[in-house]
Amino acid sequence: MIQTNLQLDAKGLACPMPIVKTKKAITDLEEGQVLEIQATDKGSKADLAAWASSVGHQYLGTVEDGEVLYHYIRKGSNELEVEKTFEHTVSLDELESRDGFILDVREAAEYAFGHMEGAISIPMGELESRMDELDKEKELYVICRTGRRSDLAAQLLANNGFTKVYNVLPGMNEWNGKISKEV
Amino acid sequence: MTVNKWTAAKVARKVIDNEELFILDVRNPDAFNDWKIEGHKFEYLNIPYFELLDGVEEILPKLPMDKEVLVVCAKEGSSIMVAEMLSEEGREVAYLEGGMKAWSSYLEPIKVADLENGGELYQFVRLGKGCLSYMVISEGEAAIIDAVRFTDVFTSFAKVKGVEIKHVFDTHLHADHISGGRQIAAATGATYYLPPKDATEVVFDYTALTDGLHVTIGSSQIDVNALYSPGHTIGSTSFVIDNQFLLTGDILFIDSIGRPDLAGLAEDWVGDLRETLYSRYRELAVDLVVLPAHFMIIDELNEDGTVARRLGDLFKQNHGLNIEDEEEFRRTVTDNLPPQPNAYEKIRQVNMGKITPDHDEQTEMEIGPNRCAVR
Repeated sequence: MIQTNLQLDAKGLACPMPIVKTKKAITDLEEGQVLEIQATDKGSKADLAAWASSVGHQYLGTVEDGEVLYHYIRKGSNELEVEKTFEHTVSLDELESRDGFILDVREAAEYAFGHMEGAISIPMGELESRMDELDKEKELYVICRTGRRSDLAAQLLANNGFTKVYNVLPGMNEWNGKISKEV
Repeated sequence: MTVNKWTAAKVARKVIDNEELFILDVRNPDAFNDWKIEGHKFEYLNIPYFELLDGVEEILPKLPMDKEVLVVCAKEGSSIMVAEMLSEEGREVAYLEGGMKAWSSYLEPIKVADLENGGELYQFVRLGKGCLSYMVISEGEAAIIDAVRFTDVFTSFAKVKGVEIKHVFDTHLHADHISGGRQIAAATGATYYLPPKDATEVVFDYTALTDGLHVTIGSSQIDVNALYSPGHTIGSTSFVIDNQFLLTGDILFIDSIGRPDLAGLAEDWVGDLRETLYSRYRELAVDLVVLPAHFMIIDELNEDGTVARRLGDLFKQNHGLNIEDEEEFRRTVTDNLPPQPNAYEKIRQVNMGKITPDHDEQTEMEIGPNRCAVR
């Protein structure tokens, strides 16, 4: 069971209905939130992935459980590239020679479909309330998909007394190394 | 404007009769590029349905006013939606009933020739998949070769013709489509033949199809003679019918030759393939008309829709029969092979009787082009 913001039941519906319903449902989400679509139409997987990329959403993946396909899509944002302001950064290459913890602040579903081995998952939206799970004395390397959320997360941590925080750039979308999955 | 519903049979006539048609294919571009409805004079526009959810205004200028427009999708649901949207914009269009699924299943029976004493030879052309099946009819009896899984097409046809199906053959264990041979035999009491070398793993009873096997259809003695011709599979067997026709199975096609790798043994079987094409077939009469079990591209269809060519012409024109150097031949049929057919390993298991998927699963397995050949 992957944690999502909204679930859509499209089971038993034939093409084009799963996508018609998805398109409608996703308008209720905020940018960056994740929708789970439950479908039984086998064609829905390829079509949802292609549709998502054509309209700027992020197709995260699909889990098959018997007859049911669980698709995960994260609502895309159209906002312009925001300048990253947190000054302590490391590149993906540098990260490999560092010691400390990797903190992945992407949504639970993004983490589930592929994350760095050993990375801790705390979605950005939960960070403020779960900060006490982290050790202030240890190096903390914050990562997301493109470096934008991790930039905000790193600032938040620094403002709360974490002194050894780094933003990992660019992010998981450029990571070609080993991937662990929870699905 | 009304939305018209076309059957796969109607589209098949457009292909065979060389008519013009504009196809708006609303499937995913990947699916469209992999496999579509082919016609000599067809034009295409591929826009996935999910890009048309907000309206079809943008594509209106791309749709011709002076041609029939057919909207096609995988199963029909999305094509109905798009056709209705176009209709609301004042365009008269049709959609394909059952979508590509129906297209993949449709068989068009076409008479290849009249045989002696009222006998007839039919080719069943499965346009959407490129499969060719055959029925020989003579004096109340029939034999079927390489039947596809839509068995009622064959049994109904036999009923209409008033003939009893006596013999059902598969030239080899198919890897690209599910055979209907065993089911037809079971339903009609006919004898089902398979080459034993392809049947080592099958879990049902069959009659051995071996070199030199000879059966006659009807009392006027239309001859069906088996000729062992390995290479695509180790058991592949051809038939000479009525001393006029050579049914080559998946060994020799019109514009290509069989690939030896679908049972995973390309290196072992390439020598057999060479021997069959360059020695055994060379000993046959050049005036035999070759009838293969597949076609690859629509250009291989004759004007009447049949797929048939004189053996002597193929010796001159088919590239695969004109590679003098053995090493070059070996490379041609083992290197750079096209992608393997969809689900070919599973399809082989179905044809061995090891698994029995339901109708929908079978349809799913057979989606896409057949890819049995190498050019």
